[in-house]
Amino acid sequence: MPDQTKIIKDGAVVSDEWHLVREETAELPAGPCIVPLARWQAERDTLSARNDIAVWLASDQSPRLLGDDIGKLPLIAVDFPGFADGRGFTYGRELREQHGFTGELRAVGEFMRDQLAYLSRCGFNSFALQNSDLTAALASLKDFSVHYQVSVDNPVPIFRVRAN
Amino acid sequence: MYRYDQYDQQMINERVAQFRDQTQRYLAGEISDAQFLPLRLQNGLYIQRLAPMLRICVPYGTLNAAQMRKLAEVSRKYDKGYAHISTRQNVQLNWPKLEEVPDILADLATVEMHANQTSGNCIRNFTADQFSGVAQDEIEDARPWCEILRQWATFHPEFAFLPRKFKIAICGSERDRAAVAFHDIGLEIIKTAAGETAFKVFVGGGLGRTPVIGALIHDCLPKEHVMSYLDAILRVYNQLGRRDNKFKARIKILVKAMGAEAFKQKVEEEWQAIKDGPMTLTQDAIDHAFSFFQPPAYEAQDAATAQSALDDKCLSDPSFAAWIKHNVVAHKQPGYAAVNLSLKETGVAPGDITAEQMEAVADLCERYGFGELRSTHQQNLVLPDVRKADLYALWQELQTHRMASAVIGTLNDIICCPGGDFCSLANAKSIPVAEAIQRRFDDIDYLYDLGEIELNISGCMNACGHHHIGHIGILGVDKKGQEFYQVSLGGSQSNDAAIGKILGPSFAQDDIPDVVSKILETYVDHRTEEERFLDTYRRVGIEPFKERVYA
Ligand code: HEM
Ligand code: SF4
Repeated sequence: MPDQTKIIKDGAVVSDEWHLVREETAELPAGPCIVPLARWQAERDTLSARNDIAVWLASDQSPRLLGDDIGKLPLIAVDFPGFADGRGFTYGRELREQHGFTGELRAVGEFMRDQLAYLSRCGFNSFALQNSDLTAALASLKDFSVHYQVSVDNPVPIFRVRAN
Repeated sequence: MYRYDQYDQQMINERVAQFRDQTQRYLAGEISDAQFLPLRLQNGLYIQRLAPMLRICVPYGTLNAAQMRKLAEVSRKYDKGYAHISTRQNVQLNWPKLEEVPDILADLATVEMHANQTSGNCIRNFTADQFSGVAQDEIEDARPWCEILRQWATFHPEFAFLPRKFKIAICGSERDRAAVAFHDIGLEIIKTAAGETAFKVFVGGGLGRTPVIGALIHDCLPKEHVMSYLDAILRVYNQLGRRDNKFKARIKILVKAMGAEAFKQKVEEEWQAIKDGPMTLTQDAIDHAFSFFQPPAYEAQDAATAQSALDDKCLSDPSFAAWIKHNVVAHKQPGYAAVNLSLKETGVAPGDITAEQMEAVADLCERYGFGELRSTHQQNLVLPDVRKADLYALWQELQTHRMASAVIGTLNDIICCPGGDFCSLANAKSIPVAEAIQRRFDDIDYLYDLGEIELNISGCMNACGHHHIGHIGILGVDKKGQEFYQVSLGGSQSNDAAIGKILGPSFAQDDIPDVVSKILETYVDHRTEEERFLDTYRRVGIEPFKERVYA
């Protein structure tokens, strides 16, 4: 049975159909699964035949390790082993901006509500946020309405807006 | 100076609202201490030994009169009526209340000020030469570049949770007054043969427990690419910087471990992917930034007459002459000068300034200038645009406000961290050591005879007082639970960047004035005419100093 936990996705609280498989060797439950990168690499042929398998990257695993599979995956998750580990912010932008990933990009792990705004600017559109009131947390997605930099949600930096 | 438009103001207002909400949720127990830590740090709030400390940002050391008045008001309303200028040109309040910080930030936002990213593992305030825009040896004003990059760094979504803090300095003059070699990234403005602005990029410099001089990884970065190139550097660091050990997490450790050449290659790779993208600066954007830093409406002065009147005054008043010589700096514009206001009065912690002084300075910068001032990394203030004809009147006013000590650049212009009196990380106190030295060397003629000497004090190896790069450096160490001090010689923060050498075993606090005295005697004995302390040290080496001090 897939978990009926709630997540934030595309700015709303929704039920989650994906099962996050943390262990490399666990028996895969029925239904959509997010597997560790190593598992994907080891069983790529069988797993890629299914269309309900996604991959999660640990914080020391660059999206580059997925190579051309990026375009084929319905969902990629990035794990935050602690909220202070900011590597996933870079992975998010690289997936969206350099690898052209258009599927669901999900943050999993120990990130916190107050990082939602930056995560979403880095291209994440779903958040398996733990220990938080998800409905209240939606507000944190909208902490800022203007931004200086180029980012996934803002392809035009302010200096170009001002010049017009 | 830069003024906010609707975007800047909206962002800063939203930031205050965000932190107000975070503080309320923290006080309501909805955010843990551990989670609140990076949030408050990125809003400038430390929790210190005695009270919270709030570090308010002074972007690249530029302030205006309204901001100074607001700082005075804030320091009275929420604190004890004084503030502290830090070695990174920021302003610190030592006694704010955590629950009032959102109100302080809201007050500051009304004058385009904030405390964003003044602490925490993110890109910190940019620092620059305090004489940017007025220095005679200027290649190009660093402030517009600081502003362009300030905007790039502010709330950068990708780099708010770096392995460790990240400090950037920009120098636009021939003489490096921004210590670019001691920053995570140092940018030196150069001109190409074709007259185009470009940057030398140094990376991996820093002080702290592992002092390192930065490595040059680009010797001519075209100006339009500066933003994407910095993005690439940060991206490499964010992915590869160590996160397992806080003391090995700075970029300097990564650059050392990889080697500068390999690091540079990595940056190149990342850069190729984003170079020529939307981060490429347009000439319009550059012009827009420069438009805020155009020369003010200088009056045409009869420079020769002004100078000869000044010379006459100096002849008739030796104290004034000393102040001119030490505290007043040559200016690009004929008939004008830049003036250092000393915050090193003996008996007052170096860099401390009272609310009354702040208000006085706000008035002075309007009457003697164009309503702007600067904070310096030596923990002083600068009035950048004073007419030479007004210098005498200004000097008299500064005396009544106790900011006229003519000690800039001398031994008594000590750089000093808050140390054990305020800081929970300290091994030893630093402010009383600074005071003991100032009291011992209170003979101004002797100070002048000694000439240019930088003495820097830190209360622990985190090096907030930049002891490594003082000509004389003093470092608080813990020796079996006792406060001791290690002395080093020969550091320099300028173009001839160097890290000081440790003299030998450490000393008790009471011995420090004697030790400094012996070091100075050694210098006086060995110096040739016109030789600065640092020159003599470099010529004769550390041995003669050692012999005298440990005799
Ligand atoms: C009072 C509370 C303060 C605390 C707890 C504190 C903490 C620290 C720590 C832990 C470091 C070392 C970081 C590292 O090397 O990775 C550091 C470095 C530094 N601090 Fe502070 N500091 C304080 C106040 C100040 C003040 C008042 C100044 C300015 C006078 C200052 C300026 C600096 C500078 C310039 C460095 C940089 C050294 C480098 O480049 O590595 N700090 N501080
Ligand atoms: S050098 Fe050490 S004692 Fe001084 S302020 Fe920094 S952390 Fe505190």
